[in-house]
Amino acid sequence: MARLELDGLRKSFGATHVLHGVDLSVGDGEMLVIVGASGCGKSTLLRLVAGLDAPTSGRVKLDGNDITRLDPSERDMAMVFQNYALYPHMSVFDNMAYGLRIRGMSKGEIGRRVGEAASLLGLEASTLDRKPRQLSGGQRQRVAMGRAIVREPKLFLFDEPLSNLDAKLRVQMRAEIRKLQRRLGVTSLYVTHDQVEAMTLGDRLLVMHEGRPAQLATPLEVFERPADRYVAGFIGAPSMNFLDGELTGDGAAVCLKAGCALALPFRLTAGEKSVTVGIRPEYVETGRGDLRMQVDLVEPLGSETVVHGRLIGTDEDLVARIPGAVPSGEVMKLALPPQHLHLFERKSGRRILPSQPSASSDG
Amino acid sequence: MERRTIFPGRLLPAALVAPQLLLTVVFFVWPALHACWMSLHSEDPFGLASVFVGFDNYAALFGDPLYIATVARTIVFCFAVASISMLVALPLAVFADADIRGRAVYRTLLIWPYAVAPALAAVLWILLVHPQIGLLGRPLDRLLSLAGGHWDYKLNGGQALLVVVLASAWKQVSYNFIFLLAGLQSIPRAVIEAAQVDGARGWRRFRTILLPLLSPTLFFLLIVNLVYAAFDTFGTIQAMTQGGPAQATQTLVVKVFRDGHDNGDLGSSSAQSVVLMLGVIALTAAQFRFLGRQRH
Amino acid sequence: MRANWLAHAVLCCGVLLFLLPVWLIFAGSTQLSHSIARGELSLLPHLSGLDVYRRVLLGPGVNGEASVPHMLMISACMALAIAFGKIAVSLLSAYAVAFFRFPFRMVAFWTIFLTLMLPVEVRIVPTYLVMSDLGLINSFGGLTVPLIASATATLLFRQVFLAVPDELMEAARMDGAGPWRFLVDILIPVSAANIAALFVILFVYGWNQYLWPLLVATDPRLDTVVVGIVRMIGVESLTPWDEVMAVATLALLPPVAVVLLMQRWFVKGLTEGEK
Repeated sequence: MARLELDGLRKSFGATHVLHGVDLSVGDGEMLVIVGASGCGKSTLLRLVAGLDAPTSGRVKLDGNDITRLDPSERDMAMVFQNYALYPHMSVFDNMAYGLRIRGMSKGEIGRRVGEAASLLGLEASTLDRKPRQLSGGQRQRVAMGRAIVREPKLFLFDEPLSNLDAKLRVQMRAEIRKLQRRLGVTSLYVTHDQVEAMTLGDRLLVMHEGRPAQLATPLEVFERPADRYVAGFIGAPSMNFLDGELTGDGAAVCLKAGCALALPFRLTAGEKSVTVGIRPEYVETGRGDLRMQVDLVEPLGSETVVHGRLIGTDEDLVARIPGAVPSGEVMKLALPPQHLHLFERKSGRRILPSQPSASSDG
Repeated sequence: MERRTIFPGRLLPAALVAPQLLLTVVFFVWPALHACWMSLHSEDPFGLASVFVGFDNYAALFGDPLYIATVARTIVFCFAVASISMLVALPLAVFADADIRGRAVYRTLLIWPYAVAPALAAVLWILLVHPQIGLLGRPLDRLLSLAGGHWDYKLNGGQALLVVVLASAWKQVSYNFIFLLAGLQSIPRAVIEAAQVDGARGWRRFRTILLPLLSPTLFFLLIVNLVYAAFDTFGTIQAMTQGGPAQATQTLVVKVFRDGHDNGDLGSSSAQSVVLMLGVIALTAAQFRFLGRQRH
Repeated sequence: MRANWLAHAVLCCGVLLFLLPVWLIFAGSTQLSHSIARGELSLLPHLSGLDVYRRVLLGPGVNGEASVPHMLMISACMALAIAFGKIAVSLLSAYAVAFFRFPFRMVAFWTIFLTLMLPVEVRIVPTYLVMSDLGLINSFGGLTVPLIASATATLLFRQVFLAVPDELMEAARMDGAGPWRFLVDILIPVSAANIAALFVILFVYGWNQYLWPLLVATDPRLDTVVVGIVRMIGVESLTPWDEVMAVATLALLPPVAVVLLMQRWFVKGLTEGEK
């Protein structure tokens, strides 16, 4: 069981800066999910921790020991890869046993560990003699997990391990990974681009954006209080709506392009007057209110309906998620409940914190 | 193309390339440079000293009508071998790609001649075309004698060139067959089916769909065949005609061997070597430029 | 249906085009030398004449040259030494180029690549001089070692290695495998099919060498079977045609057998490698 610390970790390839300095501390037994769009540096971060790449500067510490310069083989970590990276010419047993053999473990101990891992993962004994190409996607995934488990490492590294599976299997394996990680209590870093995976798996999330950590918090916190406009837009589906607004002089309300003043549950006196107002589609209320939307597209999903449209009098699009079926009509009345509004500085995209917290906080 | 991850260390990789590099420098690069040096020098009649003569060897070479004739003959020979072997291989590949019974057997029976040595191809062909003992040579001689002629490739230069070309092309057919078949098999099934839906069949389908899609393979093979015909046919020619009669079947490589190895004319032979090297470099460059274009 | 008939006809012609000459030498090998010389070569083998193979294989050398088994042995040793040597040397250098960064990596790569443009045929005399300076003329080492450098095989292995997914190597490193272990435990087994294909190509290449042995080995004890046959038909009036044809048949067998036995790998490796 171990504690991982990253200290000002940077990585550049020539003039391209991939990571701009990441500080992170992962507690013993914690599952930390690193999430972000492709190219945000999340995989690079994982590879630096694994020792597959050397950082340009900064340090990696495991249980307080500086391991930045150690070879992957000396780090006592195991990794599960996106394409599983099973050795195609070895049987399932040998795939799992390979790392143990290299470490000179006795035959009996190898057999015991592989057997335990196999039963833990629900791999039948007959599977152990097969070659990877004879296995289904789900089985391969399990073998890749098994290869990591048998090592009994200090740290698990997951590099998008579920993205090669079909949707149904992905949901199932997601739950299995979570249960397994809890049970084994091994500190884990899990990289994914899938926000649902991130939300459901992580004790905490690290949202990466363009090589920088955008937010590090629990899943709920990230959802309810996104640190900036990027995180707000990245987490949640359909994405949060963003509308341009101007704070009124007293900071008690915000004016939208559509022309109405929204009273805020708190007073914003300091800072920028130009803001971006965010609201999640599920909190948009329809059938009442002063805003009007020209409906472009209605997507019935059964239990709910997603409506796409444009606010009348503006060029701003809006998406609303409404329970049940949608009332017909081309123009729809809308209301944006103040307690569900998120405010961001228009220029920097940073979240604006209320200067005096209100009783009815969002969520 | 580069890998994402590499192993650390510098000494180990250097040690790993060392054997290959050593062999390359000692047996390839050094002799090539030596050839360039020798081509600019001339030895005295006793072989005791060599004098720098500039481009005299080259001037003599290109002033020699026999050499020019050899260059021309080699070009004709190479294109004849390349085109004949490709033209024979193409229909075989097209039909072996078709959905017919016994396809695998046909393929095997057309692939094995890859293993025949060029020099052995000559021996096989001697038994076919030899005017006295050849299975085809004897009737051919009888036929020609009706018209007052003779079939004897040992005496008739044109006939000699013909049999050397045929034997060389014959040996190369299966190589072409293998590549053309692979080229045909790499054409997406959907394209063929789309053509079928459009009503293209038989000859039209071949000419308008298969042939254009096969053209990269054909170009690649043309270069490979030219290189083969220029260099690897030495054994065939040496075994069949030794470059004769007179110099009717002497290609550039045969001449280099004669002048350098048999006659010991180092200056001229080296100049010929350098000219040949430039030829190979040009062919290889053409091939890689083309492959580079294919990739983009 | 008509197309099928045409396909069979064309393919049969092709098959005959290759089989006929080979059948002819086999049939000829069983017939009497002087009747062949008289022009009585027939496509029907004489079963009684199969004895020629016993004569050729057990008897002393034809025309006072090295014996046929000895020539076959030289050919086999040469082909095997070249095939294994080229595979080993090229595998290691391609491994270094693909999986490491070291100073002058690309210089080394292009130097190796250069050999593609310098076949023996274009540098006969200077190569002979190097060989004699090194005392390699008329030695088995001279017959094989200089042919072991191979740009083609290096390029092929490099391509195969670059196609190996990064994750496979990363997984091995995480498992604790160093460069040697990765090469031996993972990379070589994963590339086994390509190695097999290359073996076929190189064995055939080595067996079929003609100019090189002619150049560096004048000693009849180093004659390969290919060189030996061409030597045997040198003086035509004295040519023992039945024995020539028997030896030619024997010379054809090993490379053809290797190609046929490993046909599937060979075709795949050849067409994937050279493009």
